[in-house]
Amino acid sequence: MTLFFKFDFNAICQIVLEQTLNDNDIKFKTVGFGEIELLNKISKDQQDKLETALSKYHIEVVENQKSILVQKIKDTINDMVFNEDTTVNVKSSVYLSDTLGHSYGYLSNLFSEVTYTSIENFIILQKIEFAKQLIIKQDLSLTEIAFRLNYSSVAHLSTQFKNTTGITPSAFQRIISKRRAFNQENN
Amino acid sequence: MQEDYINIILADDDEDDRLFFTDAFEEIKITTRVKTFNDGVYLMDYLNTDGIQLPNVLFLDLNMPRKSGLECLREIKQNEKFNDIAIAIYSTSASEEDIEKTFIKGANIYIKKPSDFKTLKKVLSEVVTINWQYHTNSMNKENFLLRF
Repeated sequence: MTLFFKFDFNAICQIVLEQTLNDNDIKFKTVGFGEIELLNKISKDQQDKLETALSKYHIEVVENQKSILVQKIKDTINDMVFNEDTTVNVKSSVYLSDTLGHSYGYLSNLFSEVTYTSIENFIILQKIEFAKQLIIKQDLSLTEIAFRLNYSSVAHLSTQFKNTTGITPSAFQRIISKRRAFNQENN
Repeated sequence: MQEDYINIILADDDEDDRLFFTDAFEEIKITTRVKTFNDGVYLMDYLNTDGIQLPNVLFLDLNMPRKSGLECLREIKQNEKFNDIAIAIYSTSASEEDIEKTFIKGANIYIKKPSDFKTLKKVLSEVVTINWQYHTNSMNKENFLLRF
């Protein structure tokens, strides 16, 4: 029997973060996603312990101002793409600049400088990643996936999928399921 | 702290291809360290050495003397310590059968060797950039398939 799971990444991250802070007896207030305010001063020792505890989950404390803003851009994009409850009716450039309070030009230059890719390409990459997850789960048709990810048509999704990965959605599905069968035979 | 360069390895028996490959990386924006090996035996000996820094992306030619790219792929996939390496097949062949077979056996990327330097640079730059996104954003490597 195979079970499939659906994750709410934001909720998972937030819970892990809060639990770890509590375990380390650190008093804090949650300011926003991925941002907390410490209510008491913590020692260098405490901070090291906290960072070690978090590194297990690949959570890092972001220190540099530029990295913080880039991380906020990524979080906002992930929220836009992955979170079903966040419906964005405006263009993503407008949404990002409204949410983060900087001009899109500034955000997009900063993003390219730090990540080697553009905001547009990053959004496409994340949407295609989400499409891949949905394709593998096999409980939605390609039409439904296109609708869920705000593509105007299946053709548009398929074309962007092919342009981004070099393979078609159906070839992707076939390869992944054959690979899983292959791995099971060889384990 | 993340390192600010990407480790690349190529195993290819063709000297010209190795040269084009290293030259191409010298001209792209992301800082890389490139190591090359002449065949699969040298490659696997190196990868199995204790204490070395494993590559972020490993490019494998399919047809090599002594140990082929497919044999290397099989050995790498059987060893958990290599799980984080993205495997790119770098081959003159682009038969649909070869492509699908290597993907099923665990390759992440399939590149048909471009015939001109400009395309090579563009393709390698894209591979490294996308791999960088998977790496820095903890994305699911299992779904990482890319073909050029």
